[in-house]
Amino acid sequence: MSVRTSRQAVDGLLPSPEPVRFIAEDGTAVPAPAGYPAPADEQLLEAYRRMVLGRRFDRQATALTKQGRLAVYPSSRGQEACQIAGVLALREDDWLFPTYRDCVALVSRGMDPVEVLTLLRGGWHCGYDPAATRVAPQCTPLATQTVHAVGMAEALRRKGEDGVVMAFIGDGGTSEGDFHEALNYAAVLHAPVVFFVQNNKYAISVPLARQTAAPALAYKGIGYGIPSEQVDGNDLVAVLSVLTEAVRRARSGGGPFLVEAHTYRMDAHTNADDATRYRETEEVERWESADPLARLETYLRGRGLLDDEAVAAAHSAAEEYAARLRDEMNADPETDPFELFDHVFAEPTPQLREQRALLAAELTAPED
Amino acid sequence: MTTMTMAQALNAALRDALREDERVLVFGEDVGPLGGVFRVTDGLTKEFGEDRCFDTPLAEAGIVGLAVGMAMGGFRPAVEMQFDAFAYPAFEQIASHVAKLRNRTRGRLSLPMVIRIPYAGGIGGVEHHCDSSEAYYAHTPGLKVVTPATPDDAYWLLRDAIADPDPVVFMEPKRLYWSKGEITPADRRAGGFGQAVVRRAGRDATLVAYGPSVPVALQAAESAAQDGISLEVVDLRTIVPFDDETVVASVRKTGRCVVVQEAQGFAGVGAEIAARVQERCFHSLAAPVLRVAGFDIPYPPPILEHAHLPDVDRILDTVDRLQFGDEPDLLHLAREVS
Ligand SMILES: Cc1ncc(C[n+]2csc(CCOP(=O)(O)OP(=O)(O)O)c2C)c(N)n1
Ligand SMILES: [Mg+2]
Repeated sequence: MSVRTSRQAVDGLLPSPEPVRFIAEDGTAVPAPAGYPAPADEQLLEAYRRMVLGRRFDRQATALTKQGRLAVYPSSRGQEACQIAGVLALREDDWLFPTYRDCVALVSRGMDPVEVLTLLRGGWHCGYDPAATRVAPQCTPLATQTVHAVGMAEALRRKGEDGVVMAFIGDGGTSEGDFHEALNYAAVLHAPVVFFVQNNKYAISVPLARQTAAPALAYKGIGYGIPSEQVDGNDLVAVLSVLTEAVRRARSGGGPFLVEAHTYRMDAHTNADDATRYRETEEVERWESADPLARLETYLRGRGLLDDEAVAAAHSAAEEYAARLRDEMNADPETDPFELFDHVFAEPTPQLREQRALLAAELTAPED
Repeated sequence: MTTMTMAQALNAALRDALREDERVLVFGEDVGPLGGVFRVTDGLTKEFGEDRCFDTPLAEAGIVGLAVGMAMGGFRPAVEMQFDAFAYPAFEQIASHVAKLRNRTRGRLSLPMVIRIPYAGGIGGVEHHCDSSEAYYAHTPGLKVVTPATPDDAYWLLRDAIADPDPVVFMEPKRLYWSKGEITPADRRAGGFGQAVVRRAGRDATLVAYGPSVPVALQAAESAAQDGISLEVVDLRTIVPFDDETVVASVRKTGRCVVVQEAQGFAGVGAEIAARVQERCFHSLAAPVLRVAGFDIPYPPPILEHAHLPDVDRILDTVDRLQFGDEPDLLHLAREVS
């Protein structure tokens, strides 16, 4: 029996050889890429406002770690185009499966920033209602959320809903087995799920070159029969266009899609990390000039869509937001030690009831 | 009343659950047209279609992770791990997500799902097919861990597990798959889940056992009876939740206790039971609580498994050390001296 792979089938799965781009690093427009419609101007302005807000939120969160108000914060400064485009590409009834680094995406989805920061503040493991927000808990075990995303996508499909699921993941996470199982399951089930890799070039200290020998992470799709695309992750217009297309495709029964966005983590892994131990300042400086926010601003100004007034308005809204967040985070979170026993099971076991009573006795015992 | 093997009882439980609740799904490796390597899912794809009972790609973390997502999305998956040791790739999903999702989300999400795992030895299986892995799961807060010893319990505990609002690791003793027993009529049994049962009443000592060790403990009790020793046998049925009440009541009555498990002994479920019994029954105990367990070795090759598995003799020898005379436990003393 002869086996022959059709060239056409293969080509249909491959990403563009160069990342899709709408805006050059200097903020000027490049010739529009084929197959990707430009998002509406109004949506780009909305994206700009959200990026300004997201960046301000991120800076505030980092400041909160210094004030001891957050246990830890993984900054996504420099990744705002990805964070905002990911959210803008989804409908409210679509599901998002984020990682610990995606706080900006979550607040951009309109979620309460205090609830978003609850995990990192240490008040509880997840501060928001995933069912109400359709956002899964921020996931720390790398890549494990990608399989859940496939399960959710399959659940939506079976229920006859036309919802789509987007799973966020980092470049390092693509080396985990669960990512590969997720891609394979998604393809076999033809599930409406978009895998969105934010390739910020580092997994804590480990650079991409030590993570993979693939030409680009987007090429990981083809082995599973999943079409993929790579995009300039600091170009909001491009990320939004590519993700919107991937989501549209998944929603209309086209199956899963993999998008790799080339971006850069401007700050250290978290406030507790020292990035000077593993990367050169010059490298970081080079990426400063590719800043996604400045790029979008220049582009929108160049097209006459944005003026000083609108920029100032976006910044003052962001300042207000940050001030409110700071005040809210200055109050100690309300915690109840007995809640520790409440959600282990639907009904606490007799043993948990005993242990709850033990803790109650400890907490009420007079100090000696 | 119908007579069935345990495998048939499990099959009937899945079938009835699929029939009664359209949210129930069965998936795993070879569970479709083949019916599973132990035939527990026999005929389900045929009866309910590929949508309700289907083969997945070979990836255990994927199976469990998919079930997590589908349970979040409103379904009730009952998935199969092909063998005990082949569930290990899914351990991260089980320990970090299955066990924790309700707690992480303050009860806003729950995972009504079942992970069925054929476990333990005694069937002459080659390596990686005979692990007693129950302690890993029982040690993980947020998981219920169930293991039936009779076809009737297999049926009802599995029905209860599928109906449960929390994730259940359902451990099926492989060597009991072909054991026969009667299944009580279809009206729902009250209780059982979370409740141990006294399988045989006795006066002189209590044998606490679960899963594959229950029939061995019952044989030991039968044999002891011929020597005039009356042993009570308690079958845990669910390791988590643990039924202290039934175990404690039995040991307070008999005053002596031997815990029997097939798994390697160190840091095992039996150690937990022994500790709980002595904490609660100290003043009723006439002898230290003793354990019968497998040795602390990787599961042996098939031809040697008989040397490892706790059998009637090992149980009876241990019962003999329960200081029925007034002599102390000589075996332990001898070990210390030598
Ligand atoms: C399974 C697992 N292994 C290790 C870690 C520890 N860890 C946390 S973040 C991280 C790096 C992840 O890098 P990447 O996927 O690129 O995401 P980024 O942090 O850059 O957003 C590591 C190793 C973890 N959270 N989970
Ligand atoms: Mg990274």
